[in-house]
Amino acid sequence: MQFYRSHVLVCGGTPCILKGCKAVRDALIDELKRRGLDEEIRVVETGCLGPCDLGPVIVVYPEGTLYERVQVGDVPRIVEEHLLKGRVIPSLTGEGRLAGVVGYEEPTYLASQERIVLRNCGIIDPSSIEEYIARDGYRALGKCLTEMEPLDVIEVVRQSGLVGRGGAAFPTGLKWGFTANAESEQKFIICNADEGEPGTFKDRLILEGDPHNILEAMAIAGYAVGASCGYVYIRGEYVLSIERINEAIEQAKVFGLLGEDIFGSGFSFDVQVVKGAGAYVCGEETALIESMEGGRGEPRIKPPYPGTHGFLGKPTVVNNVETLANIPPIMLNGAQWYRGFGTSKCPGTKVFTMIGDINSKGLIEVPMGITLRRVIYEIGGGIPGGRDFKMAQTGGTSGGCLPREMLDVPMDYFTLPEVGSALGSGALLIMDDSHCIVDIAESFMRFFVRESCGKCVPCREGTARLHDIIRKISQGNGTYEDLRLIRDLSHAMQGTSLCGLGQSAPVPIMTMLKYFKDEFEAHIKNRLCPTGTCRL
Amino acid sequence: MKTVEELERIRKQAQAMTRLREGGESIKIVVGMGTCGIAAGARETLSAIMDELARRNIQDVIVTQTGCIGLCEQEPIIAIVMPGSEKVTYGKVSREKARKIVASHVVNSQIVGEWVIATE
Repeated sequence: MQFYRSHVLVCGGTPCILKGCKAVRDALIDELKRRGLDEEIRVVETGCLGPCDLGPVIVVYPEGTLYERVQVGDVPRIVEEHLLKGRVIPSLTGEGRLAGVVGYEEPTYLASQERIVLRNCGIIDPSSIEEYIARDGYRALGKCLTEMEPLDVIEVVRQSGLVGRGGAAFPTGLKWGFTANAESEQKFIICNADEGEPGTFKDRLILEGDPHNILEAMAIAGYAVGASCGYVYIRGEYVLSIERINEAIEQAKVFGLLGEDIFGSGFSFDVQVVKGAGAYVCGEETALIESMEGGRGEPRIKPPYPGTHGFLGKPTVVNNVETLANIPPIMLNGAQWYRGFGTSKCPGTKVFTMIGDINSKGLIEVPMGITLRRVIYEIGGGIPGGRDFKMAQTGGTSGGCLPREMLDVPMDYFTLPEVGSALGSGALLIMDDSHCIVDIAESFMRFFVRESCGKCVPCREGTARLHDIIRKISQGNGTYEDLRLIRDLSHAMQGTSLCGLGQSAPVPIMTMLKYFKDEFEAHIKNRLCPTGTCRL
Repeated sequence: MKTVEELERIRKQAQAMTRLREGGESIKIVVGMGTCGIAAGARETLSAIMDELARRNIQDVIVTQTGCIGLCEQEPIIAIVMPGSEKVTYGKVSREKARKIVASHVVNSQIVGEWVIATE
C-alpha cells in the first residue's frame, strides 16, 4: 500500500464547486506533480465541510490546517511553504473564526456542533466505499442483519425518539412499524431527496458528502419492514448528488452490500435512483409517489397513508435524507446513546443550512434544543455590518419566523410549535433590520402561488388571494380589514388544504402578523414602510 | 459480502488509509525543512524516510515537517516523537542514516545513540 505523509482534502460540495474548487484541485495536483510530491501527498475530494461562504476550502492533514477562499494563484505557495517546508500560511487560514485548524483541536465553529449526520462529510472521499467502511460504514447493517430481528430494529429506532427531519416530525419508529405490520408480498423504501424548500440544501450536501450512509440506512429500513427494493427520489437539478449516489450504489453492489443475500442473511436489497422534475409539491410524500408512478405530481387524499398504501399501492416507507442518515449511528450505538443528544422530548441533532445576513454561511449540525442566539452568535459569527438581528426563519419558506424575543427559545420540533412557529426542514434564514416584513411576506407568497399544484381549492385560491392582499398592503392600499382577512384565509388554508404545502404556506405570514404587526399597520395607517424598502 | 468478519477485515485495511485524518496517538517523524535543512539535503532525507516506510508497509506513522530550530550546522535534522516517550532529535541525517533510523528507532524502538543530538 502506498504511504502518504499528507492528505490534502479539497471540499467538493456544490457551494465550493461554484467558487472554483475544481480548478484549485487540478492546480494542486499539477503543482504536486511538478515538484515531485505526488507520490507522497494525496489529494482527496470530499463532501461539504460546512463553512460554505469561505469556499473553496481545503484541509491539510495530518496537521488539520484549514485554508479558506483558496484561489488557483495560492496553490504554488501552499505547496512550497506548507507541503514542502511545513510552514502554515497564516494569511490563508482565516481570522480566528475557524482558527485555521479543524480535526484535532476544533475551533468554536465546529466545537459547538454535534456531528452525527455529518460525521463523515468533509472527512472522507465520498467516491470511496473503503473510506466509508473505515469509519464504521456498513457495520450497523451487519449488526442488524446478523444479530437482530426486524422488530428489534424498529424497537431501537422507536426508543431513540428519532422523528422525521423533513419537517413533519413524525416518529420514524412508528412509521416503520405501520409498514412492517402491513401484509404484502412487496414493500418499498423511498428516500425523499426532493429538497425543494428555498434556502435548504442540507440533503444535497449529505448525499454529496456521504452517499453510502443513506444506502446503508435504506437497507436497514428495508430489513426492518420487509422491503427488498428502495428508491432515492432526487431533484433532477442535484446533478452531483445523483452522480455520487449512483456511484455508491455500484460500489455497494460490487462489495455485496447491496444485492442478493447480504451478509449471508438471506436478505436482499436493491436501490435505484429516480429523478424529480423540480416541482416543490413533490417533496410531499404522496405527490412524490404519484410522480414516481408517472402521474402528475399532485398529492393524494389521505388516509390511506403511504405506510400501508404507497408506491404501486404497496406499503411504503418514505423517509427524508437526514432522517435516514441518523439510522446507522443509532443502530450501532443504541437508542440510549442517541437520547444523550438534544432534549429529552426531541433527541438528536438538526442539520441547518445557514443563510442570509450572517457572517458564517453554510452547513451546520447542532443539538436539538439549541437556542437561536447560540447558533447566530457562537457558530454563525453574528450579523455582518454591525446591524441588528430582526428575524430568523426556520425551515425554509414554509417555516415560521422568529423575532428577537425568541432568540432564547429552544429550537426543536415540539417547542417551536408552542410559540406558533415550526422547525421545518433545515434552512435557517437570518435577516437584519434593513428588511421590510411586508416585502418579505410578499416574496414568500409569490413563491407559493407558483408552486401550488392546484389540485385543492384552499391552496390554489388561498395562496393567490393571500399574495394579492399582501401586495396591496405593500403598495400602500391596505386596510385593517385586510389583516383580518389574512387571518381568516390562513386558518381556512391550514384546516382544509389537502397537503402540507397549503397547510404550511400561511405559517410564515401568521407568525409575521403575530410578531411584526406594527410594521403591517405602518404600511396601512401611515402608508409608510419603516425600512424604506417598499415603493410607497 | 457474506460475513461480518469480511467487512471487519476491509475496515482494518481501509483505516490505515485514512488514519492520517483521525489524529490520536501515533509515531511522528518531524523533518526540519527550513531553508538550511533543504540546502543540507532534507528533501532527500524526507524522500528516503517515505520510501523506507512504504517499503516496510508501515501506515501508522505521521511524517511532518518543521522549520529551522536554530541548529543549522546539524541539518538535516529529524525528530522522532513516540507516544509516551521523549522526543529524540537526530542531526546530519543523510539518506542512509534516515533509513537506519526508521528501521531501528521507528520499527524496533531502539534509539540510534551515536547520531542523537538532543532529547527532551
